[in-house]
Amino acid sequence: MKQQSAPGGFRRLRGLIRKEFYQIVRDPSAIAIAFLMPVGLLILFGYGVSLDAKHVPIAIVVETPDAATADLTRSFERTEYFEPVRMADMSAAVDALTYHRVDAIVHLRGNFARRLHEEKGAPIGVVINGVDANTARLISGYMEGVWLNWLGDRARSEGTQLLTPVDLRQRIWFNAEVRSRNFLVPGLIAVIMTLIGALLTAMVMAREWERGTMEALLVTPATMGEIILGKLIPYFILGMGGMALSVAMALWVFDVPLRGSLWMLTGTSALFLLAALGMGLLISIVAKNQFIAGQIAIVVTFLPAFLLSGFLFDIGSMPVVVQYITHIVAARYFVAILQSVFLAGDIGSVILPNAAALVLLAAVFLGLSRKKARKRLE
Amino acid sequence: MGREAPPENGNNGRADGAAAISFKRVRKTFPRGEGRIEALKGISIEIRKGRVTGLVGPDGAGKTTLMRLSVCLLEPDEGALTVMGMDAAEDPLAIQSAVRYMPQQFGLYEDLSVQENLDLYADLQGVLPADRKERYAELTRMTRLGEFTDRLAGRLSGGMKQKLGLACTLVRPPELLILDEPTVGVDPVSRRELWNIVSRLVEEEGMSVLLSTAYLDEAEKCDEVILLHEGEVLGQGPPGDFTREQKGRAYWVKPPAEKKRDIQWRLSRRDGVVDAVIQGDGVRVVMGHDDGPDKEDLLPEENDLDFEPVDARFEDSYVALLQSRQEANAKDMAAEATPGKDDGAGRKTGESPGDSPGDSPIDVENVRRRFGDFYAVKDVSFSVGHGEVFGLLGANGAGKTTTFRMLCGLLPASGGKLRVAGLDLRRAAAKARARIGYMSQKFSLYGNLSVVENLNFFSSAYNLKGKRRQDRIEWALEGFDLKDRADAASGLLPLGYKQRLALACALMHEPEILFLDEPTSGVDPMARREFWDVINALSGSGVTVLVTTHFMEEAEYCDRLAIMAAGEILALGAPAEIKARAGKSEDEPAASMEEAFIALIESSSAARD
Repeated sequence: MKQQSAPGGFRRLRGLIRKEFYQIVRDPSAIAIAFLMPVGLLILFGYGVSLDAKHVPIAIVVETPDAATADLTRSFERTEYFEPVRMADMSAAVDALTYHRVDAIVHLRGNFARRLHEEKGAPIGVVINGVDANTARLISGYMEGVWLNWLGDRARSEGTQLLTPVDLRQRIWFNAEVRSRNFLVPGLIAVIMTLIGALLTAMVMAREWERGTMEALLVTPATMGEIILGKLIPYFILGMGGMALSVAMALWVFDVPLRGSLWMLTGTSALFLLAALGMGLLISIVAKNQFIAGQIAIVVTFLPAFLLSGFLFDIGSMPVVVQYITHIVAARYFVAILQSVFLAGDIGSVILPNAAALVLLAAVFLGLSRKKARKRLE
Repeated sequence: MGREAPPENGNNGRADGAAAISFKRVRKTFPRGEGRIEALKGISIEIRKGRVTGLVGPDGAGKTTLMRLSVCLLEPDEGALTVMGMDAAEDPLAIQSAVRYMPQQFGLYEDLSVQENLDLYADLQGVLPADRKERYAELTRMTRLGEFTDRLAGRLSGGMKQKLGLACTLVRPPELLILDEPTVGVDPVSRRELWNIVSRLVEEEGMSVLLSTAYLDEAEKCDEVILLHEGEVLGQGPPGDFTREQKGRAYWVKPPAEKKRDIQWRLSRRDGVVDAVIQGDGVRVVMGHDDGPDKEDLLPEENDLDFEPVDARFEDSYVALLQSRQEANAKDMAAEATPGKDDGAGRKTGESPGDSPGDSPIDVENVRRRFGDFYAVKDVSFSVGHGEVFGLLGANGAGKTTTFRMLCGLLPASGGKLRVAGLDLRRAAAKARARIGYMSQKFSLYGNLSVVENLNFFSSAYNLKGKRRQDRIEWALEGFDLKDRADAASGLLPLGYKQRLALACALMHEPEILFLDEPTSGVDPMARREFWDVINALSGSGVTVLVTTHFMEEAEYCDRLAIMAAGEILALGAPAEIKARAGKSEDEPAASMEEAFIALIESSSAARD
C-alpha cells in the first residue's frame, strides 16, 4: 500500500466490499450457510439430540415379594428417569433386554428383606445394556441415586444407622436442572461460527479462482492486503450476524441462561471469528477450486470443531496425543469461553487464557495467509 | 497519463520512443511431473508503443505466459523485462496501474449487473466519481451495451460478455492494453465490433495494444506480428513482411462443388504443397517453391482444372514456417485414420443428400425445445444424407448445442419429430445412441487415465469385447498417431492430441453418424487442419457427420449447412447457395461465409425490431 494514496486504497476497498455484498445477497448459498444452517443445526441439536436419559424402560424382577421389595419398586416407579416393568423371572427380563425392550434389569433376589440387614450387602443385582456407553453410565448413576435415597429414607423411618458408610449429598452447580441443552447450545454456536468463518471464506476465495475473476483482480492496482480485507470485512459482518441469530435463538427459543455480559460475548466472538476467517483464507491459498476448498474446510475446521472442541466429548477423557491436537483447534477455546459466559458468568480466570489463545491463533492464521498470498499466479 | 501521437501505420521506422514491452533473454519454466517444461526459451523481443501487436502461434507456444509475465503475474526464471519503461522485478504495482490486461477467461462477476461490474473496476482502478459519468457513457456507446446496464453479466451473450470485459478493462484508459485471445468463442459480428474498438483506441488515444489470437485473418489487421512456437520467436514484423516471402506461391483451383473436398484432400498430400485448404467454392494451394504448380504432377486425372494465382496471406507463411518446424508427420495421419480409403478414391458423390427424408440418417421436423417460457429451439427442420458433412453455424446462444443434445437423445424435444439412423428418438433413444458417436465441446475424457485406459474404457462402455476391442484400440492408436503416447496421461497431452483421442473414443464402436460439437474451438490452425482431414476421410468412408462451429471458414468444408440465430434456421443449403442468398443482389453473392453470416444475422434482427 506504500505507493498508493490512502483515498485510492479506501475507494478500492469499498468497491471490493460492495461487490462482495452484492454477491452475498444474490447467491442464496451464502445466506443459507450464514443464517439457515445455524437455525437448522440449533433446532436439530436443541430439540432432537438430548444427552439426558429420562423415562428409561427397565425391568424389575422380584424373586420373593414382600413389603421391602414393594417399597423399593415404588421408588423406581416414582422417579421420572425410569419406566419400570415388573417381570416374573430373570429369563423373561433377559429376553426383554436382548430385544431392546428395556435398557436395564433390576434383580431383587430372594430373602431381600433379611439380607438388607446383613453386612455382606449387595442384595440388588443390576444388568445394564452397555452398547451406548454414555447412556449406560447415566442409568447406572440414576439407579445408584434411587437405591441410596431408598436406603436413606428407610434408615430414617426405622431410626437405624445407614449401613453404607458414605452419605452422598449431590448438588449440581451452573446447570442445576442438568439440562444437556444448556451446554450443547453454546458449544454448537462455536461449531456454527467455525463453519461460517472458514467454510464460507475458503469457498468464496476458491470461487474467484475458479471463475477467473482472481486473475483479473490481481492485475488491478489493488494490493493483496486490500483484496484480503475486502473478503474479511464482509464475512466478518455476516458471521457476526449469524452469531447474533444463534445467541438470540439460544436465549429465547431454548431458554439457555446468559449469566455473563453481552459485551464479553460479542468481544470474544469477534476474536474467534477472526481466527476462523484466517483459517478460511489459509485454506484458500492451497485450494483453488470450490470442491477442494469445501472438503478441506470440513476436514480441518468443521470436524475438529465438532469432535475435538469439548463441545460433545470431554477433552479430559481423550487420549493424551489427541488432547495435544485440541490445542490448535480454535473452537476449543471458544467452547470454553461460551460455556462460561452462558452458564457461569464473566469468569476472568477462564476467559482470559482462552481469549489469549484465540488472539494468538487469529494472529498466526491471518499473518500466514497475508504472507503466503502473493500477487502472482504461481 | 502520457499520451503520444499515434505513429503512422505501416511505418517501419523503429526509432520512436522506448518500447512498450521489452524482453531480454527471458526464460520461464513450469514444473511438470518430475521435471520442468520450458514455456519460454530465453526470448528477446521489443513491442513498440502506439501499435497493435499481434501474438500468434499454436497452442502451448507460450503466448499466455508471455502476457502474464508482462503484467507481473509471473516472474521470469532468467532475463530482464521492462514494461512502459518500468522494471517488472522492481515495480509490479506501478506496472499494474499503467497496464490493463484482459485474461482469456475474463473475470466478470456474473451475479453483478453490467453497471455494478463497471463500478467495481472503476473503484479498483481509482477513477474519480466526477469522471465516471462521462467515461461510462463513452464505454457503453463504444461497446453498445447502453441498454443492458441493469442486466446481470451472467445473462449476457458470449460476445457481449467479452465487450463488457473490455469495457471494465478500459474504465481508466491505460497506456498499454494486453488482451489474451479476446475474440475466441465470439461470433463474427461481435468480433468485428471488438476490432473496431481496438483500432479506435490505438488511432484516437495512442494506446499500445498487445493481443494474442487464434484467427490468422486477425493477425493481418495488426501493425506488427510476433510468431511464437514452442517458447521461441519464429518471426517478428509487419504481417506484410511475412506475406511477401510467400508471394507467387498461392493458387486457387475451382473444382466442381461435389469434388471440392476430394481435391483438397489429394492436394494436401502432394509433395511440394505446403498447404491446401478449402476457401470459398475452391481450394487454395500454397506451394513450397517458386516454380509454380505442375498440373500433371499434382492432379493427373483432372486436366481441365486451372491453377489461378492469388495473393499470399499471412496464414500461408504461418503454415509454411510451422511446417518447416514440425516436419509434417501429421500429413500421413489422416490417411491412416480411415483404413480402406486410399489416395485418390473419391467419396461417394452419386447420391444427392436429403432428397428422400424417409431413410436419411438424420431427419428433423419442426423440432422445438422450451426452457421455462423461453424457446431455445423453435420449429427447426432439416435432414442430412449418408456420408454428408452437415454444419450448424451460429453465435453463442443460437440453439446449436440444444439441437445437438436433442439429436443425441440427451435432451427430449418439447415438440416435433426427430429421427436418427431411422429410429425415433422418443421411443428408441438408447438404440439410436448405439449407432452414433458424440464428441462434446469440452474435453470429456478422464484426464488422469492414460490414452490406452481411456480407449479401453470407451470400448467397454460401447460393449466391445475380445478381438474386436483389441482391433479397434489398435486402429485408434495407429490411425490417430497416438502410439508413442499410449501410456501418457491424457490430461497432459497437447490440445491437438487430446482432440484426436476424444475423436478416437467417439469412433470406437464404428458409428454411422458422428456428432461433433465445436470440435475445433480453441484449437490452433495447424491442429484444425489435421482435424478436418480426419473428418473428410471419415465422410469419404460413408460416415455421416454433423458438426457445429463458429469458424466461418470451416463452414466451407461442409456439404451443406444451416445458419442458426435465436433458435431458428436463417438459411439452409450448400455454402455457395447461402452466400448467394446473403448477397446484395443476385449477381453479387457475399464475398465470404463470414460476410454472409453477418448479413443474415443483421437482416434477421432488423426484421425482428
